[in-house]
Amino acid sequence: MSDGIGLNEQYTLHVNGEAFSVCDAWLGESLLFVLRERLGLMGSKGACEQGECGSCSVLVAGELVCSCLVLAASATDQPIVTIEGVAPLGSPSDVQQAFVDAGAVQCGFCTPGLIMATHSLLERTASPTESEIREELSGNVCRCTGYGRIIDAVQRVAVNRRSAVQ
Amino acid sequence: MPAIVGERIQGGRLGDSVTRPDGTAKVQGSFQFSSDLHAENCLWGATLRSPHPYARIVSIDVSAAYRINGVEAIITAADVPGKPTYGLISQDQPVFASEVVRYVGEPVAAVAADHPETCRRALEAIVVVYEVLQPLTDPELAIDGSHPPIHPDGNLIRHQRIVCGDVHATGDIVVEGTYVLGMQDQAFLGLEAAMALPDPGGAGVQLHVATQWLHEDQKQIAACLGLEPSAVRLTLGGVGGAFGAREDISLQVHTCLLALRTGRPMRMHYSREESFLGHVHRHPATVWMRHHATADGHLVKIESRMVFDGGAYASTSSAVLINAVTHAQGPYRCANAVVDGYAVRTNNLPCGAMRGFGVVQACFAHEGQMDQLAAACGLDPVEIRLRNAMVIGDRLITGQVIENVAPVERCIRETAALPLPDEPVGGHDHDPMRLPGGAGRTADAGHVRRGIGFAVSIKNLMYSETFDDYSTARCRLSDGVVTLKFATSEVGQGFVTIAAQIARSVLGVDEVRLDPIDTGVGSAGSTSASRQTWMSGGAVNAACLKVRGLLFDHVAATHGLGADSLAIDGADIVNAAGTFRLAVDEASSGVSFDETVEYRHKPTEDLDENGQGDCHTAFAFVAHRAVVDVDPELGLVKVIQIATAQDVGRALNPLSVLGQIEGGIAQGLGLAVMEEIIMSDGRVRNPSFTDYLLPTFLDMPNVVVSLIEEPDPIAPLGAKGVGEPPTISSTPAIVAAIRDAIGKPLFRVPVRPIDIIG
Repeated sequence: MSDGIGLNEQYTLHVNGEAFSVCDAWLGESLLFVLRERLGLMGSKGACEQGECGSCSVLVAGELVCSCLVLAASATDQPIVTIEGVAPLGSPSDVQQAFVDAGAVQCGFCTPGLIMATHSLLERTASPTESEIREELSGNVCRCTGYGRIIDAVQRVAVNRRSAVQ
Repeated sequence: MPAIVGERIQGGRLGDSVTRPDGTAKVQGSFQFSSDLHAENCLWGATLRSPHPYARIVSIDVSAAYRINGVEAIITAADVPGKPTYGLISQDQPVFASEVVRYVGEPVAAVAADHPETCRRALEAIVVVYEVLQPLTDPELAIDGSHPPIHPDGNLIRHQRIVCGDVHATGDIVVEGTYVLGMQDQAFLGLEAAMALPDPGGAGVQLHVATQWLHEDQKQIAACLGLEPSAVRLTLGGVGGAFGAREDISLQVHTCLLALRTGRPMRMHYSREESFLGHVHRHPATVWMRHHATADGHLVKIESRMVFDGGAYASTSSAVLINAVTHAQGPYRCANAVVDGYAVRTNNLPCGAMRGFGVVQACFAHEGQMDQLAAACGLDPVEIRLRNAMVIGDRLITGQVIENVAPVERCIRETAALPLPDEPVGGHDHDPMRLPGGAGRTADAGHVRRGIGFAVSIKNLMYSETFDDYSTARCRLSDGVVTLKFATSEVGQGFVTIAAQIARSVLGVDEVRLDPIDTGVGSAGSTSASRQTWMSGGAVNAACLKVRGLLFDHVAATHGLGADSLAIDGADIVNAAGTFRLAVDEASSGVSFDETVEYRHKPTEDLDENGQGDCHTAFAFVAHRAVVDVDPELGLVKVIQIATAQDVGRALNPLSVLGQIEGGIAQGLGLAVMEEIIMSDGRVRNPSFTDYLLPTFLDMPNVVVSLIEEPDPIAPLGAKGVGEPPTISSTPAIVAAIRDAIGKPLFRVPVRPIDIIG
């Protein structure tokens, strides 16, 4: 019998405000894999494994990253936010509700990543132009919608947030 | 047409833009896709694939792989207990290659292990000795018989000829061209994934899988496992897009076999590279066409020869070919035609269903021809299409008469009337992102040329050629709550939304529950061919109507009324005289009605040897206009706007229809200027999202839409399928716009920079 892959790494991840102990892991596991398979946070999706599609987008120390490209064991000392940390189940955020209302969701596989990217965009740019929305979200691929309803959803949130401030 | 605006409607009826019942779960990340499923004590599976397009397997040695800690099982062709092959139309594809591999990526073995990385190492440790053979990669060599058969079924999958009218007819104007289409991938985001749970003792298996057709999978899997279909129970795992690529078997049999072998729950997930190899694609095709017309642009005759590369296994190639040859004329009158179509076997990747299913290839060619004719006749591209537009009563080149609804002229006129973009090249604010090349800041706005192109298409709906096409639905009403059960694959298109709208409309209820989508009810047929709104919508409608009949009988009996006089008004049952009103909630209190219905569309015919016969059921039409900006020096294209008027019959959910139109156009745009699986010598050169380019937010323009609602009297709800037409003529419209911009012919998609510059 030859040795297996060595499932013996131990470390702690800080996800959605909670500390998670990861035990008996393989050092080569991506953050996406560990979130999904070891922490049971299945909301982040894997679709390309190359950082091309954005389906696995999460925040690490406030930065929007593709979790498929981050080694989980390298993210131990930073706060991580996933789609599960955006809003409590059954109480969607304004961005999440706008995606539903605007028809921005079809199969929904790209949606969690796009929700993360949209929250991140609107934190930085409260009133993005259409061109800015397209540029900022261009790292997130959607194969179903053709993007029109997603842009509409983002614009609705921006308008609603502005009118809430006024 | 009023603007389509999504509002939060959760209890809406037919015609409302109701939001998805699974929407909240999907935006919160709690919707379970097939890749999210998990069970205690689960193992991972992985597939060993052929590195050669064509080779004889000399030996397979799994002993070193078995010595790796964590490996639980390794299976090959020798471990398939039942039928060794599967396939949708003919069962010519091996579960595992045994003696010969016929394409790069063909499964040879599968492993079960404790971790995906263990699986990967086990695959590396399996030693397969191949004797490499000369692959057949040129489809023409499959037709002329010069290459020895690469499969016992031969190299020609199907030849179909259509001969119509006077084959010697000629026109004053003759134009011809040879049109080439590359191989497109469906590129759904949710990769192939399944979880199999073995029954104790291996008596059966429960499979959760993302698929387009549960019952067809069940039939094929059971045969390969050597089990009765009832022992193989399928539940739809959440589907992350499909577009045709989930109609064939991929990992289903392997996952079940490994689960039965190990006696443990089994998960298999494809990687993106594997997905490119592991499902069928849109057929690359070469289509020659010669159009004859009168001097004033009326079509006289069409001649065509079409060659579709089916790759190593048949899949649905024969049906794709039939769609192509029977749609050769496009949505235009033409009395005379000679068309020859060939679907052939090669050692390239297997091809089968993708949105548009053969009509995409035909349309790219016939629309290129219509533009050539327009130029030769000195007519505008819109005018030549209007002159030839089909009307009700016209015959296809198969002899089939176009019945009921054919708003071709309306599609053309309404599309042409939609507003053109008001922005100049580079936008009002000279934004480089609005130029071809975008963030690369390569284009000089002064050199960029704008072009406009037009294209129109016809698409058959549902299955053809005598296929027994049906869908099943069950409706239960109790205490004011409707529960629907069907096996219709929800792949993102929104059938779950429509189904609830139908029940609310027919029965006047507010609350509609959807049972799990599984094989616990009869087949719904495939979520393909733009058929589910018509077919499963028809089944749900019929089941709800039957339940309503029982409810009315019950109310009539208990209140001394005539059942015939009763109707639904809002949430109430009323009588014609206006003297009776009772809430459905109350009327159904304490009783339960339960009906299951199979819905069938009208029968179709086979084609005869001359390609004559009423082989299709119904048709939808659409027109597209594209506006593009082209940098002729670098060969870069930016699509600025797509305008479209689509024949939808009746928009049951306008927001959902808009989503299908925009999404379908994005895939048509991809084929026009970006997407191609590049193969050389039978090998795939770009199986990743880094190298296979998908349209992003920056590539997809705004879409201007007009819905043409002329309810089809033979459609159960008046509605036509809307999924495929947007993908079909958007591609040739974009290519026509590029031709218009640069003033040179283009005969190939995707259009590459070299095609524009060279």
